[in-house]
Order: sequence, then C-alpha cells, then structure tokens
Amino acid sequence: MELILGNLLRSGVLLSAAVVLWGASIYLFRHAHEPANYRVFLGEPSEFRTIRGVIRSVMNGRGRGLIQLGLLLLIATPIARVAFSVVGFTIERDRLYVGFTLIVLAILLYSLFGSSIGV
Amino acid sequence: MTVLEFTAVVAVVSFVAGFLGSLTGLGGGVVLVPLLTLLFHVDIRYAIGASLVSVIATSSGAAAAYVKEGFSNIRIGMFLEIATTFGALLGAFLATRIPTSALASIFGLVLLYSAYLSRKPRPEAQRNLPPDPLATRLRLNGSFPDLEGPRKYNVQHVPTGFSLMFGAGALSGLLGIGSGAVKVLAMDQAMRIPFKVSTTTSNFMIGVTAAASAGVYLSRGYVDPGLAMPVMLGVLAGSLLGSRILVKAETKSLRLVFSLVILVLGLQMLYKGFWGKI
Repeated sequence: MELILGNLLRSGVLLSAAVVLWGASIYLFRHAHEPANYRVFLGEPSEFRTIRGVIRSVMNGRGRGLIQLGLLLLIATPIARVAFSVVGFTIERDRLYVGFTLIVLAILLYSLFGSSIGV
Repeated sequence: MTVLEFTAVVAVVSFVAGFLGSLTGLGGGVVLVPLLTLLFHVDIRYAIGASLVSVIATSSGAAAAYVKEGFSNIRIGMFLEIATTFGALLGAFLATRIPTSALASIFGLVLLYSAYLSRKPRPEAQRNLPPDPLATRLRLNGSFPDLEGPRKYNVQHVPTGFSLMFGAGALSGLLGIGSGAVKVLAMDQAMRIPFKVSTTTSNFMIGVTAAASAGVYLSRGYVDPGLAMPVMLGVLAGSLLGSRILVKAETKSLRLVFSLVILVLGLQMLYKGFWGKI
C-alpha cells in the first residue's frame, strides 16, 4: 500500500512536469522575445484561473494553458494520495482514520472546486 | 528582460535554491519568495503562488523515496493534516485580504526564526516515555527501524502539537512555503516524535498542506504560468539532484552558509515590508 502511494506520487509529479515542459516549449517558442514583467500584480485572466478555463485554453492550443493543466495535475497528485488512503484505511477497517482522511479530502476538494464560489 | 532571458535566469536560481534546500534539509521554498521579490522585483503575490506550486512538486517527489524506508507514520501524518489543511485554507484566504507589506514583514520574521532554528541542536531523542492516553486512543504511537532493531516511540502532548500544526498550515497558506520550521517545533519539540520519523512524515504532509491552499491561489489568479513554470521545473530538478547526493556531501558548512543567506533575506524582507516598499 505504502509503495503504491509512493509510486503514485512520483508518477503524478513526473507527468505534471512533462505537461508543464510541453506547454513551456510552445509558450517560449511564441513569446520568447516579449518583455517579461511581474512587477505589477494584475491577477490572471479567467482562462488560467478555473478548471474549465484551463481546459478551454488547452483546446485552443495555448502553451500557458498547458502549463496550467500541468500545475493542476500537480495539485491533484497529493489529493489522489489522500483519496487512496481512504481506501487503505477502509481495508484495514480503521473507522476512525477513514473519518479523519475523509475530513482532509473534503477540505482539499473544497479548496480546488469550491473556493471560487462563496467567500 | 525578455521572456526567454527571464525564464532561463529564474530556472537557474530555482534550481540552485532547490538543490541547496534539499542538501541542507532547510527547504528551498523559504528562499524563493524573497529572491523573486528582492532580485527580480516580482510582485510578492505572484512569487507566493509560484513557490507554493514548487513546494508540492518537491514534497511529492521526495516522499516517494521516503515511504520505502518505513520511517514515516501515516496515522500521525493524516491526523495532523486535518489541522494543516484547515490552517492552509484559512491562510490562503487571509493572504488575499492583507496588504503585501504585512505579508513581507511576516515572511521576514519566519525567515529569521528559520535561521535561528537551523543553528540550534535538535531536541534529544526520546527514550521510554510513558504512553499518552490521547495518543494511544488515536493510535499515533509507532516504531521505526533502528540499528538495534525496531524502536518504539510514544507520542506526547497531542493537543499542543495539533494546534501548532494548525499554525504551520496557516503560515504555509499565507506565505506559500512548506513551513518546516514550525513543524519541527510541533512534531519534535511538543509531540516528541523521533527526528527521522518527524522529518519524513512532515515531508509527506507538506504536499497535502500546500495543495489545500493552491486551489485558492489558482482561482484567485495568483499562479502565473510564465513564472510558475521555471520555478517549479527548476526547484524540482534541483531538489531531486540534492536528495541523490545528500548522503555523500559534507553539509555542515553548507548549512551555515545557507542559514546566513536566510538571515540576510529575512532582514531585507522585514526592512522592505516595514517601510512599505513591497
């Protein structure tokens, strides 16, 4: 179980790094000679802020959309790890820790899907 | 600077930060935000977003190596993650509300504390502490492989550790760092978890904690693909290399240099934050 979790984490990170690299090559190829400026905070446009926006911009073949998709995969990796732990504790019939793990999972999912609504 | 030059320089700096961070065990994220803001004049909110993403990458990348050795305690990790993820969510919401100068000042204080902690000797290894009733009920006690065979340990002061971990999570969400310094305070000093167990378990937890605030950062537009890309790839490559040669290298003097760097960066962040220059 522990080993599966370790490999899951590693492959998640490698997959996301590969997607980020792929997006980076498109982005750099297109924008290499434009000036870089991060002095002023503007906030990202919605195509890089929401899951739906990121998917749409990947469909349009945008490099930065692909980078954001890679970063989303990276964020999903530890969440998948927690989800697997729910299964692990269920197999061990450890009700207390199934409960604890579900709480953690709920907080993570709220952050990823719910934080743009509400507060 | 053009996009190409900026990407290349940031990737190199992130690589060095990730390499030294994993070699010295002090973490790379803690120097990244000050370097990006002070050296490259990146707005601190973009810097925090990029650093947070790199924290997830290094934690998940390194955790794979640790689980095999049987040191990390998955129950301690999961139990404390309730505190850290909840704190991280709160920290991330706070970060979107408080002024950047306050963020910089808090960051400065955390850096100074990390520098101080890195010069302090680790608390002594626990031997035969009596089991704590709450820790027993939560099944937190465990054992780990030692030279003379498996060694048992009994976790202490669970409520104190739990509240400190909430603080660690809040700092992580607020500043986009792994906040290893506070975790040491909570797990080593309060809960008296053996050094090897606490280090590997906290590394396991850092990625989950960071993921809890990353969603908020992403949806608030703090994660810029053009900046996060070289930071994440650089730190990941650097820390993977660092963890490979960790065993062979003489890290004592390196640790001293790195903690001096942290000290200087901390003073600068405090100064700039205090005068409202960030």
